[in-house]
Amino acid sequence: MNQTEPVRGVAASPDRKPLAFYGVNVASRLLLGSALYPSPKVMSDAIHASRAAIVTVSLRREQARGRTGTRFLDLIRALPVHLLPNTAGCRTAREAITTAEMARELLETDWIKLEVIANDDTLQPDLFGLVEAATELAKRGFKVFPYTTEDLSAAERLVSAGCRVLMPWGSPIGTARGLSNPHALKTLRAYFPDLPLVIDAGIGAPSHAAAAMEMGYDAVLLNTAVARAHDPVRMAAAFASAIEAGREAFEAGLMAPSDRAQPSTPVAGTPFFDFGPGDASRST
Amino acid sequence: MDTTTTTTATNREREIIVNGQPLATAAATLAELVDKQGFAGVKVATALNGDFVAERLRAATSLGAGDRIEILTVRQGG
Repeated sequence: MNQTEPVRGVAASPDRKPLAFYGVNVASRLLLGSALYPSPKVMSDAIHASRAAIVTVSLRREQARGRTGTRFLDLIRALPVHLLPNTAGCRTAREAITTAEMARELLETDWIKLEVIANDDTLQPDLFGLVEAATELAKRGFKVFPYTTEDLSAAERLVSAGCRVLMPWGSPIGTARGLSNPHALKTLRAYFPDLPLVIDAGIGAPSHAAAAMEMGYDAVLLNTAVARAHDPVRMAAAFASAIEAGREAFEAGLMAPSDRAQPSTPVAGTPFFDFGPGDASRST
Repeated sequence: MDTTTTTTATNREREIIVNGQPLATAAATLAELVDKQGFAGVKVATALNGDFVAERLRAATSLGAGDRIEILTVRQGG
């Protein structure tokens, strides 16, 4: 873990150190997926509107004599973003490692969003396969962005393997449920105060993303909530605003909740109007 | 390819699996297969029987009956 980065906590941090992944500074705290948009143009416009600095892509089978991949690659490479290839759909460490190697050659990046999926119903990360794959990929020089859960032991193993960012799920991919386990996510944040942490998956609304940022998460990765919106371009902008607001609130220092009401208007100088005994029912 | 070599090639054809589909091919190497499948000049990445094969190693990678080849490209993803 990078111990030189200041711990950000409840107290406001005067220095606004930019977010960095593996030494690469990024100006935006929104990472956006490139899938499920109604058209390539809407995808491009949504990425622009989101102000995202990192966009995820996948590797899929190319059709014989096809040019689909080339067209998509040309389109997405023209955008002013870093590309983060994923290993979506991989069920074993070996599949994920092979996919990562293929992605590195195709995109000339050693960044990899590592997904090893345990089952098709929940798309839950297989933490054992994830740690195995992350360990091997780090040895091969990859900069791994692991899609994980809020599990602390898995997180520790991933960090020991060389991961310098963790991406715990908010809730299962595509569910739009937001942060299912906020207490555990807070614990993870507190446990790794200096490590970039990104909420990945399950975000359905800008308020979910803002909540993650208010909690001190460094960034949010989402796809479906933007791509499947009635107007993906406007939704991308809405998420960008929510994420910036949530981060600003975290850095400003949120007040602690209280069980007791506290008057916000000063008590000193409160006038007391005496309406007499007949007005007792109105005096509350 | 002339008729003579086609006949010879047929004898040399082997059944492999390309992107999940069976294919009878005379391609002797992975590089030849990628060309024959129409990917010359197209940015693709390859794997043989589950292991990555770098572009520079495709010409030296020979194919055998039953080999499983994956030819992938960059697509939309989350």
